[in-house]
Amino acid sequence: MATIHVDGKDYEVDGADNLLQACLSLGLDVPYFCWHPALGSVGACRQCAVKQYSDEDDTRGRLVMSCMTPATDNSWISIDDEEAKAFRASVIEWLMINHPHDCPVCEEGGHCHLQDMTVMTGHNQRRYRFSKRTHQNQELGPFIAHEMNRCIACYRCVRYYQDYAGGTDLGVFGANDQVYFGRVEDGTLESEFSGNLTEVCPTGVFTDKTHSERYNRKWDMQFAPSICHGCASGCNISPGERYGEIRRIENRFNGSVNHYFLCDRGRFGYGYVNRKDRPRQPIVQRSRLSMGIDAALDQAAGLLNRRRIIGIGSPRASLESNFALRELVGADDFFSGIARHELDNIHAIRNLLQRGPLPAATIRDMESHDAVFVLGEDLTQTAARIALALRQAAKGKATEMAAAAGIQSWHQAAVQNIAQGALNPVFIASVDSTRLDDIAAESVQAAPDDLARLGFAVAHAIDPGAPAAPGLEADALELAQRIAGALLAAKRPLLVSGASLGSRAIIDAAANIAQALKNREKNASISLVVPEANSMGMSILLADDPADKSVEAALAALSTGQYEALVVLENDLYRRADKPSVDAALAAANVVIVVDHQQTPTSGQAHLLLPAASFAEGDGTLVSQEGRAQRFFQVFDPSYYNSEVLVREGWRWLHALRRTLLGKPVDWTTLDQVTEACAAAHPRLAAITDAAPDASFRIKGQKLARAPHRYSGRTAMRAHISVHEPRQPQDPDSPFAFSMEGYAGSSEQRQQIPFAWSPGWNSPQAWNKFQDEVGGHLRSGDPGVRLLDDTRTDLTWTQPPSAFAPAVGAWQVVPLHHLFGSDENSSRAEPIQQRMPPPYIALAETEAARLGVTGGTVLSLVLGNQRLQLPVRISSGLPLGVVGLPAGLPGIPPLTASSVVTDLREAAQ
Amino acid sequence: MTTLIKTDRFVLSDAERAAIEHEMHHYEDPRAASIEALKIVQQARGWVPDGAADAIGEVLGIPASDVEGVATFYSQIFRQPVGRHIIRVCDSMTCYIGGHESILGSIKSQLGIGPGQTTSDDRFTLLPVCCLGNCDKAPALMIDDDTFGDVTADSVAALLEAYP
Repeated sequence: MATIHVDGKDYEVDGADNLLQACLSLGLDVPYFCWHPALGSVGACRQCAVKQYSDEDDTRGRLVMSCMTPATDNSWISIDDEEAKAFRASVIEWLMINHPHDCPVCEEGGHCHLQDMTVMTGHNQRRYRFSKRTHQNQELGPFIAHEMNRCIACYRCVRYYQDYAGGTDLGVFGANDQVYFGRVEDGTLESEFSGNLTEVCPTGVFTDKTHSERYNRKWDMQFAPSICHGCASGCNISPGERYGEIRRIENRFNGSVNHYFLCDRGRFGYGYVNRKDRPRQPIVQRSRLSMGIDAALDQAAGLLNRRRIIGIGSPRASLESNFALRELVGADDFFSGIARHELDNIHAIRNLLQRGPLPAATIRDMESHDAVFVLGEDLTQTAARIALALRQAAKGKATEMAAAAGIQSWHQAAVQNIAQGALNPVFIASVDSTRLDDIAAESVQAAPDDLARLGFAVAHAIDPGAPAAPGLEADALELAQRIAGALLAAKRPLLVSGASLGSRAIIDAAANIAQALKNREKNASISLVVPEANSMGMSILLADDPADKSVEAALAALSTGQYEALVVLENDLYRRADKPSVDAALAAANVVIVVDHQQTPTSGQAHLLLPAASFAEGDGTLVSQEGRAQRFFQVFDPSYYNSEVLVREGWRWLHALRRTLLGKPVDWTTLDQVTEACAAAHPRLAAITDAAPDASFRIKGQKLARAPHRYSGRTAMRAHISVHEPRQPQDPDSPFAFSMEGYAGSSEQRQQIPFAWSPGWNSPQAWNKFQDEVGGHLRSGDPGVRLLDDTRTDLTWTQPPSAFAPAVGAWQVVPLHHLFGSDENSSRAEPIQQRMPPPYIALAETEAARLGVTGGTVLSLVLGNQRLQLPVRISSGLPLGVVGLPAGLPGIPPLTASSVVTDLREAAQ
Repeated sequence: MTTLIKTDRFVLSDAERAAIEHEMHHYEDPRAASIEALKIVQQARGWVPDGAADAIGEVLGIPASDVEGVATFYSQIFRQPVGRHIIRVCDSMTCYIGGHESILGSIKSQLGIGPGQTTSDDRFTLLPVCCLGNCDKAPALMIDDDTFGDVTADSVAALLEAYP
C-alpha cells in the first residue's frame, strides 16, 4: 500500500498501480483514452495529465501523464490544478480537430467514451475552422461497421486486436495526421473476438453492424443482467431491447469470468430471439391452430391425462425449466436429452471437477497460470472465451520478465518490448490444427485415442506411479516428457480438456494428469469444457440418478411402447440422435408436446407446441463449465407490445401443466419459488438460491431499473395500438423493474447490473465505477456461486486405450467444431449464418492424395445408415485414418465417438 | 483492346526474394528486415505495389498488415509509380529562407510539375523532403542519389540535363 496526496487529501492506494489506476479506483475522475484496464498504459494520448509535486512544499510542480507515473508512496498530485486542467482541455481539442462532430448520426452516441471525456474535460467550443482529414472506410464483414473519420488515433484497437487477442489482419497504416486503422484491404475481420472492438474503441470507428439496421440509443433500451447461452463458458452479457426486439448484446463485467470481453458468437448470435418464425402462441401443429394459454393447458392436460408420460429435458434450457419437467413427469421418467456418450462424459467431467484432485479455474484466473496443456479441445471453437484467456496466460511470461527487471505490469509497451515475443509454454494436442496454435510452444495432431495416450504418457512422466501408455512412439514419448517438464517447472500449471471430441479416454487421461500433478504437490488447476450452456447443470440435476438418462434410452423406451406421451423441453432430438430412431420414437408416441422457443424439426412433429421464452423473455439459472451457477434475467415482456404473444418460461408452462393435470391451482407464481423448490429437491443445487438476489431485493426501497433514466418515447410506444398508455409490466420474478424508474447507479452495493452507467460515464468504461479497483472485481462480489467444490479426493488411476489403428476402407469421424455454425441457436442468426462454412468433409493431405481428390471435389460417403455427398476440405493437421465433419452444421447428422465413414469415393458427376 | 479491370498479381522476382531472404538472416527477428525488404522491391521496381505487403509478409513470416504499416509510414517508400528520377527539394527552415521557393518555381517552369507530381514522360518526380543535412549550403536538393547545394533557379536547368 502507498499513501498518495491528491488535491490536499490523503488516500491509501495500491503502490503497484499507476496514478491513473489509483485515482480511478478511488472514484476520482481523470479523463483518459489510450489506457484501458485490460490493455495497460502506453502514454499515447496525453489526456490523463495531472500535476505532480516533488513534496509537500513544492508549489510549482510539473505535468505528468498519470497513466505512466507509478503511485509511489508519498506522491503529491493535483487533478484540479489550473495548468493541468488547461493542458487536458488543449489535448482534447487537438484530438477533436479532425473528429467529424457527427454525434447525432453516430451509433456510438450515448455510450461514447469520447463524449464522456469531452464533457468531463469541459471542451465545449470548437475553434478549428479548416478542412478536416477524411478517410475511406472499409467493409469489415457482417459484424463490424467502420467509420475512420471519427478516429482519434488512441491505438486501442490495434493494441486490443493484435496484442491482446492475437489477430493479424487489423493494422495501423500511415503516419502523423494520416494514421489509418483497418485491414490491408476490405474484408471480414478474421478474429473470433472482433466484436470487442466496438467496446474497446473509445469512439464510433468500430460499431456493431448487427445493431445498425434496427438502431437506437443505449439510453432507449431495456437491459437485464444475462448469461450467454452460446457455450458453457458462462460469460455475463447485457442484452438491450427496444420495441420487443433484442437490438444488441454488450459485455457485462464479471471479474471472475469474462471481465471485459466476449466472443463474436456471444455478441452477434442473438438473432434467433427476433426471428419471425418463432412460435409465439400455443399451436396445434396438425391444424396450425393457435390458442390461448388456458385452452392450451386444457388441451395439453387432455392429451397427457392418464397416459404414461416421458419427459426429455435439455442442456440448453435452465435448471428451473428442466426441474419443472422432472416434477411433471417424475424423476424416473425424466431424461436428459443428451446423447449417451456425451452425457457419460459430462458426468465424468462433473465428478472430476467436484471431487477430483484439482480445483476448476475461473476463466479470469486461467490468465494467471504459467504453463498450459490443452488436451483434445479446439477452444476457439468450443469455448472461445477460454481461448482468449489462455492467450493472456501465455503472455504472462512478459509480465514476469518485466517484473524481474523492475518494470510494472501496466507498462504495456515496455513489458512487450522486454519479452520480445517470449511466452509461457502452452502445449496443444488436438485432432486438427487450431486457431490457438500460434501461441503454442508445441502443437500436435492425432486421432482421439492417440491424444488420450499422449495424455496418459504425460501423467506417467509427471508421476511414474501413473500407468504409462505402452507402445507409444519415441517422438510422442519425448513430447510427453517435454509437456510434463514444463508443467512441473511452472508455478501454476493449468490443464484444459473437455468433451468436444466425445472421447472418454481423453477425460480419463486428464484425470490421470490431474492426479499426477496433485501427487507432485503442484499448485495446479483444471478446466474441462462441456458442450452447452447448461450441460453442467443437467449433469448435477441427474447426479444421484444411476439410471441411463440418455436420449437413446428415452427414444428406445418410447419405441418399445413403455410410454404413450412425450414432453420435450427446448430440445431438437434430431440434433441428438440419428433420424430413424427419432422418427420411430416420435411415431410410437401417441402424444408429443414440445415446449420450445424455436421451430425445429422436432417441434414440427409435435401435436402441440407451447411457445417457450428464450433468455430474453425469461429468467432462469445456468451452470457453466466451471460449476458456476448464474442467473439470467428477463430483458423484456413481449406481451407489452403485442398481447397476442403468449411466450412463457419453460418452467411456467410445465408447472402449470402439472397443476392442471392434478386439478389444482398453480403453486409457483415466481421464479424464486421454482428456484427454491429446485434447490430443496437437489442438495447439490442448494446454493443456486444464492446465485443472485431474490425478487424482494431493493435498494433504498426501490426496484432496480432495467432502462436508463433518459429512456424516451414510452408513452408513444404503443400509441398505434391504443393511446392509453398501460401500466408497465410488473416483474414478480426479479428485483428489476420494466422501467427507467428504480435504482440505476453505481454507489450502492449490487452485483446484478443490467447496464453499465454512472453519472458522467455512459460508455462501457462506466464499469470502473462498479469495481473494487479498476479492472478488478465487482465491488459487491462477482455474480454467481460455485457448486462443484466438494472435498477433494484422490482418484484411482485409469488405464490408457490401445493405439488408434486405421481400418482399411473405414474412417473414424472426428467432430470439427465451428464457433459460427456448431451452436444450434446462434446459427439461426443471420449475421452468424454469413460466417458459417458450408458443410464439408475434411481429409488429411495424404488421404486426399490416396483417393486422388483435391479440395472442393465432392465425395460420396456412408455415415451410419446415410449416404452423404460433401465437398472435400484438405486439412494440414488431421491424422491418417480419420475424417473430420463439421459438428452441428446443416446436413451433418449427429456425430458420436464411434461414428465411422465408409465407402468414401468421388461422387459420380 | 481496353483493360477494364486490372488485378494486382504481385509476385516477387527470384532476385528480390533471394535478396530479402539474405537480408533477413542479418537479424534475430525477421520482422526487423521489413524496411530492407521494401527497399529491395522499390529498388527493383521503382515503387512498392500493393500486393508486395502480402508477398514480403510471407517471406518474413509476419502479417501483411505489419508490412503495410511500415510501407505506409515512411514517405520514401513510394506506393505509386514514380518517374525515372526523383528530385527531392529540401523545404526545411534554412532552405526555405535560402530560396527554396525559387527552385520549385524554376522546376515548375521547366518540367511543369509541382511537389508530388510526375512529368508526363515519366522522367522526373518532384518530392519535398524535410532536411538533407546541408543547411550551410542552402538551398539544397537531391536528384536520385546525388546531392547539390547552393542551387539557384538558373542552375536547375543544367542539373536536370544530366538525368535523361
